[in-house]
Amino acid sequence: MAEKLLEIRNLTTAFMSENGFVKATDRISLNIEKGQTLCLVGESGSGKSVTSLSIMRLIDYAGGSILEGNIRFNGDDLATKEQDQMRSIRGNKIAMIFQDPMSALNPVFTVGEQIAESLRLHQNKSHSEAWKEAIELLRLVGIPAPEMRAKQYPHELSGGMCQRVVIAVALACKPELLIADEPTTALDVTVQAQILELLMKLKEELGMAILLITHDMGVAAEVADHIAVMYAGSIVEQGTVEEIFSNPSHPYTVGLLQSIPGFEGKRGNELYTIKGTIPGLGNLPKGCRFNPRCPHVMDKCRQVEPGDIQIGAEHSTKCWLYEDKDRNGVSVSGGIGGNANG
Amino acid sequence: MAKNLIEVEHVKKYFPIHKGLLNRVVGNVKAVDDVSITIREGETFGLVGESGCGKSTLGRVILRLQNATAGAVKFNGRDIHSMGSKELNKMREEMQIIFQDPFGSLNPRFLVKDIIGEPLKVHTKMSASQIEKRVIELMELVGLDASRRNRYPHEFSGGQRQRIGIARAIALNPKFIVADEAVSALDVSVQSQVINLLMKLQREMGLTFLFIAHGLNVVRHISDRVGVMYLGKMVEVGETETLYANPLHPYTAALLSAIPKPTPTKKRNRIVLQGDVPSPANPPSGCRFHPRCPFAQEKCSQVEPALTEVLPGRQVACHYPIGVEGGSDLNSLK
Repeated sequence: MAEKLLEIRNLTTAFMSENGFVKATDRISLNIEKGQTLCLVGESGSGKSVTSLSIMRLIDYAGGSILEGNIRFNGDDLATKEQDQMRSIRGNKIAMIFQDPMSALNPVFTVGEQIAESLRLHQNKSHSEAWKEAIELLRLVGIPAPEMRAKQYPHELSGGMCQRVVIAVALACKPELLIADEPTTALDVTVQAQILELLMKLKEELGMAILLITHDMGVAAEVADHIAVMYAGSIVEQGTVEEIFSNPSHPYTVGLLQSIPGFEGKRGNELYTIKGTIPGLGNLPKGCRFNPRCPHVMDKCRQVEPGDIQIGAEHSTKCWLYEDKDRNGVSVSGGIGGNANG
Repeated sequence: MAKNLIEVEHVKKYFPIHKGLLNRVVGNVKAVDDVSITIREGETFGLVGESGCGKSTLGRVILRLQNATAGAVKFNGRDIHSMGSKELNKMREEMQIIFQDPFGSLNPRFLVKDIIGEPLKVHTKMSASQIEKRVIELMELVGLDASRRNRYPHEFSGGQRQRIGIARAIALNPKFIVADEAVSALDVSVQSQVINLLMKLQREMGLTFLFIAHGLNVVRHISDRVGVMYLGKMVEVGETETLYANPLHPYTAALLSAIPKPTPTKKRNRIVLQGDVPSPANPPSGCRFHPRCPFAQEKCSQVEPALTEVLPGRQVACHYPIGVEGGSDLNSLK
């Protein structure tokens, strides 16, 4: 097994509200190995972005705070670091790409300057050295005529080009971990295909690990080695990409896969729906947080919250259906597809 | 075959570019450039394409929310672009629109019952109590709790707001609805609920939809026929299943191959297009797709291909359509 790069244990991040702390992530645990891609999938409000901001410790600036848990990056706990110490890690060892490339770039600086800035800050390069390297980075991310483009401002580039620039900024210091928060959501599918291909190519070349946050199961299937599914602040299932797609076990994962139009079922047929909506983080139901929407809900689900249950070498799920290790007599497949008994 | 409800004939929509002190027109953004389509009664016509290709503009021109620069849009055989305002107002009862943004498209200062009831107030002579009764009916029809009619939009979730927009659109029993990215802003689990609702309403009310979206999977699921737009032009039209199975235009093929599929084990041959969509103010000569087309030949940069029927029910605007005799071969890309 490869070396662990990032190890998150029982991370709880909360925001203060009128009614006390609201936990945006609740005791989540994740591992990312060197050179691997982990996809964090889930719907809006499930806590994906809060997880990534917590790793970067940018959550402190977003009004949240880490209540408990460790974030070990190469063995170092980021959760307890001072912000000055974080400053030398952010953008240097861990870099981040945001969803909207247009607003992630500063409109009053040229794109070359924005790439060179992080080289000067973190690697003490001179102006001319940093500028030269910025042009090389633009070439690396596939921007034609980089010498000319480096002198342009963000508004002179298209959305796809801007996202390439953002990636170049993130890669400037050759980070060990790249966090990409919905990097292709704002882009068209043809451009999305270009960007995903670029990310995968760079990952191979530079040997970095990627934490990709997405709501698109299709994107996750294409790029991930491992997948973690989030629901209402909790990771309800995680495993290798093959396990998650061929053998989804948590009813939420199954429902999510079934709801994708054009994935299964005939055109024009009624789509599978998960009834109801995501509960507010302030008033989570008792027991399993998915129980009011779950088609397989049992009495126990309404009382006690399930912990991680190992159902494979690298596959765990938070669902009482799998409490019995042999998984005998448990059928998630009834009516909603999925092959839990397989 | 069902009769044609909407006939779009050579519609153009240009937006002038003004420049300089005298505000002279120095050019045009050709958002929609000579597009002709027909939409049959009771069908769902899906319109796909990347951002900026003119699909939303076409939808708005069809409803005459924007005036066309040239061309005609016939609704039941009558050109809505040459109508007077009185006649047009009457016509508006028959055609409605559902917008993309469930947050921006509802007035935050109106109660939900007033939002849904407004078309009834404008177009009918119903009394306040009749309107309220109809609003309750409509809310139940779209799956909203009618007891919440005296609330404001901010008290509803994104999916519920989209249902409010749908209730407003069907309030007058229209024949034709343009759904402009109606489910794009929603999460997958909510999206499937709204798609099911739209399909249910279509069955029950005999609605005709123009379904504009960039989500190709969604369009495949809901549409009977699909039109693909690129840079203001319709490049391919066909029955959904055959178009998705055997795209004729290289752009359609590239677009379809770019969809990430939730099947990690299958590796597909993806056509990754180079570059970006050119500016519609200054489109390339000949075929507009030729600078990015993997099959482009000399003729493509000189002669603009017309949308022609190459197979029964399949129209394509390409000199060398894929899989047609004398056309392009996808296998040659490997």
